[in-house]
Amino acid sequence: MYKSWKVLQPYLLATPQTLIFLMFLVFPILMIFVVSFWQFNGYAMTPAFTFENYVNIFSSQVSLATYLNTFKYVTLVWGLCVAIALPVSYYLAFCIKRESIRVLLFLLCTIPFWTSNIIRMISWIPLLGREGLVNQALLNLNLVQQPVEWLLYSDFAIVLGMVHLYNFFMIAPVFNSMMRIDRTLITAARDMGASGFEVLKEIILPLTAPGMAIGSIFVVTLTMGEYVTVRLMGGGQAASIGKLISTQIGSLQYPLAAANAVILLLFTLVMVTGILRVVDIQKEL
Amino acid sequence: MNPDSAQPSRIVSSPPVSVRSADADGRADAGQMPTDARQGIVTEAAGVALRSVTKKYGPVTAIENVTLDIPAGAYCCLLGPSGCGKTTALRMIAGHEAVTAGEVLIGDRVVTQLPPAKRNTAMMFQNYALFPHKTIWQNVDFGLKMQRVSKAERTQRVGEILELVGLSHTADRKPNMLSGGQQQRIALARALVTRPQVLMLDEPLSALDENLRVRMRGELRKIQQQFKLTFIQVTHHVEEAFSLSDQVVVMNHGRIDQVATPTELFNAPASQFVAKFIGDNNIFEGRVSRTCRINGIESVELTVEGIGTLYCQGSAALNATAACSVRPDLMQLDPVLEDLAAPSTETNQVPVRVVDVEMTGYVTRVSLIVEATGQTMLYKARTTDWMGAGISVGQPLRATWSAEDCVFLPS
Repeated sequence: MYKSWKVLQPYLLATPQTLIFLMFLVFPILMIFVVSFWQFNGYAMTPAFTFENYVNIFSSQVSLATYLNTFKYVTLVWGLCVAIALPVSYYLAFCIKRESIRVLLFLLCTIPFWTSNIIRMISWIPLLGREGLVNQALLNLNLVQQPVEWLLYSDFAIVLGMVHLYNFFMIAPVFNSMMRIDRTLITAARDMGASGFEVLKEIILPLTAPGMAIGSIFVVTLTMGEYVTVRLMGGGQAASIGKLISTQIGSLQYPLAAANAVILLLFTLVMVTGILRVVDIQKEL
Repeated sequence: MNPDSAQPSRIVSSPPVSVRSADADGRADAGQMPTDARQGIVTEAAGVALRSVTKKYGPVTAIENVTLDIPAGAYCCLLGPSGCGKTTALRMIAGHEAVTAGEVLIGDRVVTQLPPAKRNTAMMFQNYALFPHKTIWQNVDFGLKMQRVSKAERTQRVGEILELVGLSHTADRKPNMLSGGQQQRIALARALVTRPQVLMLDEPLSALDENLRVRMRGELRKIQQQFKLTFIQVTHHVEEAFSLSDQVVVMNHGRIDQVATPTELFNAPASQFVAKFIGDNNIFEGRVSRTCRINGIESVELTVEGIGTLYCQGSAALNATAACSVRPDLMQLDPVLEDLAAPSTETNQVPVRVVDVEMTGYVTRVSLIVEATGQTMLYKARTTDWMGAGISVGQPLRATWSAEDCVFLPS
């Protein structure tokens, strides 16, 4: 009796997590996958096995453009996040000598997370809008004669919003990687005649790569499915796959939405696999 | 008298695999064999000097007015407890730490303001500081690459040095795939490949286990002799400093207490600190009550409270506070017997009692207590001798030693 309990114990311990995993992740994804092959006639959907939805997506100029647009956002947001995270983390990890100040400044980076995403997005409006602070300032300084239109409800605003939202997901792992770099490695490189730039290129960046990879996975997956920011900051003009799916759900085109979701998921998986192929993140976990 | 020095045969009989062949021909004719690949690696050693060097971190003084000369080609150990400034001194010579005041010279060049790479020195770090993301080859190649050495020459020199340390087959591996001893050799190869005049080693053996440490000690010494370089090593390990160095620099609180050969240091520590640090010397503090000549040698009579008078060689002003020290192996322990002839008046004698006996192998450590003062003393005997003596714990004894074996320590 006791022995069989011992054998079962690990399985029992793993059961709750497994059930949650199955019910809330595997099952819904399977459902989406199945539904993506169903038929839809404008009023009702009928179970079927048809590639019609996929064919529609790939033959539609609009949805292809939307995919391209999404990739554009992903690339821009990812690039900007890396460009911001590297100097910020470098400063935190290497320029700040006192541990307490470092912790304080790192916490400072998390302040935006103390309020909800929506509120953070909306608060851009009084800043960037036609009558917003930035335009007021520019007009008063006579730098522009007309309010600048592209500040809000534009690609610029969308990318700005997303970088603002997701930047910390890049900073945290990059900072973590940099903090783990043994400082004597830098002294050793210096000892052998490496310049500051060479230390960065030969030692710090390669050793930060795993952190960048983890951050990239966060940023890419989050940006790929993004639709709140696109809606709020894009002002109904811009499109992303996330927003497209949401619109399709809104008009009850479930099979089409499901097919888009499957494609989005595949693209995301390909990107994550690609990142993992390039960088070995094992050391960081 | 310690276990390691008592079995030198083991160190010699198992020479490290790699350096053996290099040592056989490399040492004898470094300058004669143009075909010898190693010949190209040999550089001119340079001496190192510190001139009134001071280092301050804000209000804290890490090094205070230190002057030191390390001759070219010497194996010098900076010895001291942690926080004594030895690592700071090393880092200042290497150029990783700015000097607050004073000058650093390498050869006859003043290098105080030069960056590390311009000093013709190389450093080997405590945990080797091998770049984990680079292969062994890239690690060793790094310094040459930074010095913009041509590709062909780099390939040749890296190949040579890896051959020399016997690790050519590991060239494509990453450092974490190597054992501690192998990593250490790679660190050494990486430091030597740039042909420095001075090699600096920061606690190079502390990450190794005891057996490997003894073996690596031999290897370091061999490489130093083969390359005829100046080695400056930081260590807190007395035995390591003794076994490796030509010159030992004992540091304490940012100052140099004594510079001497290991033998001098062992026989004649110059201060109480040195006497305590280098071994389990027994130290007695007192006041100079008389100066005299014993066997024609200038000597001092020290009055120690609770013990009486002790005699040691040296010279001092009358009534000065001072101390004397005796090595635990130079004393003699005798049972207190009525009929035992009283020793001559100028022999030191202290009544003691055995508190504890520790058999550590070749040596037996005997803890003693001076009944009158409560001071503890240590006596070391060859285990064989001790077993023959038939002394037991608790027994009252008389410790005696001659004035010659007693070192005078001015305060």
